[in-house]
Amino acid sequence: MHASTRRTYLSGLILAAALLVVGFLLPAWLLFTVTKAIGYGLVALGIITLMRGGLVSFGQGLVYCIGAYAAGLLATRIGVTEAPLLLLVGMVASGLVGLLVGPLIARYRGIFFAMLTVALSMVLYGILVKMNAIGGSDGFTLPEPTFFGWQPDVGTSDLALYVTAVIVACAAATACRLYYDSMAGMMALAVRENELRVEYLGSSVFNVTVRNFAIAAALGGLGGSLNAMALGHIDPLFSFWTTSGEFVFISVLAGHLSVGAVFVSALILELVRSFSNRYFPETWQMIIGIFLIATIIFLPGGVGSLFQRVLKRGPAAGRGESAENEGRAAP
Amino acid sequence: MYDVLTILVDGVVYASWLFIVALGLTLIFGVLRILNIAHGSMYAIGAYAAVTLAPLAPALGLPPVFSLLAMLIAALAVAIVLAPLMERGLLRLFYGRDEVLILLITYAVFLILEDVSKLIWGVNPYYLFEPRNLFGTVEIGDLFYVGYDLMLIALAAVCGLAVWLGLNKTKVGKIVLAVIHNPDVSACMGVNIARIYLLAFFVGVFLAALAGAFTAPLISVQPGISVSVIILSFAVVIIGGLGSIPGAAIGAVVVGIVRAAAVYELPEAEIFIVYLVMAIVLVFRPEGLFQRTQARKI
Amino acid sequence: MSGTPLKQALKGLMAGAALAAFGVGAAGQASAEETFKIGVVTFLSGQAAESFGVPAWDGGRLLIEKLNAGEVPAPYDTVGFGGMKIEAIPIDEAGGATKQVQEFRNLVQREQVDAVVGYVSSGDCLAVAPVADELKALTILYDCGTPRIFEDGQYEYAFRTAAHATMDNVSIARYLQARGVEIDSIAGLNQDYAWGHDSWRDFTASMGQLYPDADVVAELFPAFGAGQYGTEISALMRERADVVHSSNWGGDLQSFILQSMPRGLFQRSQVVFSAGDHVIPALGNNFPEGVILGARGAYGLMSPDTPLNNWWFETYQERYGVIPVQAPYRMAQALLGLKSAIEKAMAANGGARPTTDEIRMAMKGHEWEAPGGLIQMKLGNGHQAIQPTAIGTTAKDSDGNITVVDIERFAAECVNPPAGQNSVDWINAGFPGAQCE
Repeated sequence: MHASTRRTYLSGLILAAALLVVGFLLPAWLLFTVTKAIGYGLVALGIITLMRGGLVSFGQGLVYCIGAYAAGLLATRIGVTEAPLLLLVGMVASGLVGLLVGPLIARYRGIFFAMLTVALSMVLYGILVKMNAIGGSDGFTLPEPTFFGWQPDVGTSDLALYVTAVIVACAAATACRLYYDSMAGMMALAVRENELRVEYLGSSVFNVTVRNFAIAAALGGLGGSLNAMALGHIDPLFSFWTTSGEFVFISVLAGHLSVGAVFVSALILELVRSFSNRYFPETWQMIIGIFLIATIIFLPGGVGSLFQRVLKRGPAAGRGESAENEGRAAP
Repeated sequence: MYDVLTILVDGVVYASWLFIVALGLTLIFGVLRILNIAHGSMYAIGAYAAVTLAPLAPALGLPPVFSLLAMLIAALAVAIVLAPLMERGLLRLFYGRDEVLILLITYAVFLILEDVSKLIWGVNPYYLFEPRNLFGTVEIGDLFYVGYDLMLIALAAVCGLAVWLGLNKTKVGKIVLAVIHNPDVSACMGVNIARIYLLAFFVGVFLAALAGAFTAPLISVQPGISVSVIILSFAVVIIGGLGSIPGAAIGAVVVGIVRAAAVYELPEAEIFIVYLVMAIVLVFRPEGLFQRTQARKI
Repeated sequence: MSGTPLKQALKGLMAGAALAAFGVGAAGQASAEETFKIGVVTFLSGQAAESFGVPAWDGGRLLIEKLNAGEVPAPYDTVGFGGMKIEAIPIDEAGGATKQVQEFRNLVQREQVDAVVGYVSSGDCLAVAPVADELKALTILYDCGTPRIFEDGQYEYAFRTAAHATMDNVSIARYLQARGVEIDSIAGLNQDYAWGHDSWRDFTASMGQLYPDADVVAELFPAFGAGQYGTEISALMRERADVVHSSNWGGDLQSFILQSMPRGLFQRSQVVFSAGDHVIPALGNNFPEGVILGARGAYGLMSPDTPLNNWWFETYQERYGVIPVQAPYRMAQALLGLKSAIEKAMAANGGARPTTDEIRMAMKGHEWEAPGGLIQMKLGNGHQAIQPTAIGTTAKDSDGNITVVDIERFAAECVNPPAGQNSVDWINAGFPGAQCE
């Protein structure tokens, strides 16, 4: 095993262990907020994967929603409540959709790619609103998940989901880091810099894009099924454009320098929203808007760049990507 | 036969206000390469400004026609206040950054303006009744239409024509076209890019506010009216081709008529038919119906 | 505006100081320093703010203030909830069910509220009810429409203190029959989401029972928040249906009225609005005459002539300068229900502060008098209210002001399904067990 690969595995493990311990100390409301933030963070991690190839999807609600509905329908219609299975099904369902949709939209760039994904997610939204058999616009409620046959009681089910979320998040982050650092993952950076050169060098931009899109979709589905279980209720708003907007916000806030940053920035967004809602119930949207602009102005490299500054080439962050930092200014 | 006529009339009436909004959106995108989510807020604030100013005309004892003038002034006032604030004060900081990043900035502005307009005008609805009575009713087939609604079609045509003539037949317009084509070279030729950007953004905001102001008599002006406008006008410009004026016109008419036809023939599909059309157009003509393909940069 | 947190903190301090200085406190009841903390969740922004959320919170705020001052008429003249001052935390309901589940958890787990009162949107109610049970948090769903909550599910800690939407449409159909309106064809324009679809389904099913020969000639479902109804109005005008039904609310209803009025829809068809009362204050005398409308209960212009209602109507009107419509009424009946259940629980346990479970048991199957009439928790195993309702027709009074006349009142058992019955099945079976006087 390559030394850096081992280091990535190790840091993933250490982080997971640390977060699991923290979980036992967190108050209940924060436990839930972190779980939900991890769900959002997973979707945003998918957007980061796309961003490395120069694409931003403004319609990740599509795959988030498909993952949630796949898990939800499996749980309510067939009665499968096993959390790991639901997560897997959500991920696979969205991944398959990603593989189907990917080739259709892989030709597009920039704003067109973003808008096409919005269009697709809004079509799904419209269809789900119409489907009264599965709750229409009101959505439906999921049963409590079980974990390998174990049905946790009320107090521990939040913790059980948190543990699941942490394990999934650390596994996904580690896998993404390994993928980003692999030859296949590095191709994305090359695609972003200059597609034509990549083609001339004998690689397929199309393949890279489709692969990244499918990975992003699978991550989105994972986040969707996780949040479906955490929230216990899903509705078509999962696919609405404002939901997708939040995912993009989280990814931009995180920046693409660190895979851990997405989860931190998802949590930041959740906390800002929750506390502004509590103390400024009439103007919380304005506060989120101002917060959003402020972070983009004052933290152009995202939360990930802070990590880098603090950790100075820390274990999981920023290896081999310092060149990327300078490359950002280019359109 | 009546069906076709009704669908056409209803579709075109619907298209008219949508076209004015989309025209502003597409102009801003054409010149500044910014897809402005806050465009919907400009529409909403235009409507709010109109319901605030227009009642002044009868209050001052002026004939009711002056309320139309007041609505125009309201739209102008919105553009004078908001366009420099947003373009010079905020967006300028992000030129050269990722298109999607700026998209996100405008999303933030949308969130802020949503609450700001609530702070200014509260949550209670406002109405504007007088202007809608100015043009009487017209009988088409066995249906009555309000003259004001049909007048909106004329207003949309005037707006479209004015922008087209302004771009193609005036010196400033030609400079704008040059900037659209290549901002860097234009700057080298001595064009004040910042001023052109501000001008285009100003006209774009004015058009959104104008559409809001002239739609105000039809609707209840209250929080939340911006949301559906945003996504609809996006669909229009995507269908027509971002940055294209005839594209915006065709896009608006397509959306209007498809929606009207859906109401009659396929009511189940009304909620997503617009997005479906948008997705189909994008799959077959990714740059929209009216956009020339651009050379790839090597 | 509820004021900044600083202001609220100051207010709290001042109230505390006043209490300390004057030794105010209802002796013999739970101690006066004790507060009962509730989260109030309703729309403060977005489309539903104007029509439901803000009037509801206005009403809630006013009632809480009056309750804390002990100024509400009997039997609600004790201070606060059984002597405990009520402290309310308002939360915006805008943002979808996902956000509401999270904010609900925050209210219960972080803010440690004693109860949550809220939710206009059916989707939010459906999402929050299971979480209420999971967290064992007392939750009063004060408004939302869907019958699904207690028909598809069973919850121990969630209660709905207002009748569900089936009542609105059954009573409209009964009104048409009672007034002897002749109907051969009906058409509908409803918003394209669960509320619109459910309302239309209940209405057509009820009409199928009462008017078996009437045909449905058009069913239109414009998108929620569409704002422009030109095409739909043309379609409705073409069909010349005898009755046009709409459950639209808020801006969508106002825009529909504004756009259809000059085109003569109200002359061509008898229009019925199943939940239309709340746009009367907004549209004022521009509201069309001859429209049959409901208020989702005996509320506002159709409220009964009782001392409690007269006090509530006048107090609200005096404070806010408009008449109270359905939203403040529904909020008031939730708060009064909670108050009476708490006091019932305290009477049972000897005046000590009741636990959540004690309140829950008191609330189950509870009955109390509200401004809109007697509320009875008869459905959903004692968790879902039924209530009397009223339907009327708009007209201009002698001063030219819009008002509601020809009011018909319906007993709760007449327009609500009996316990254990699914609403749709009940309608389709021909309203078995309905008791109408």
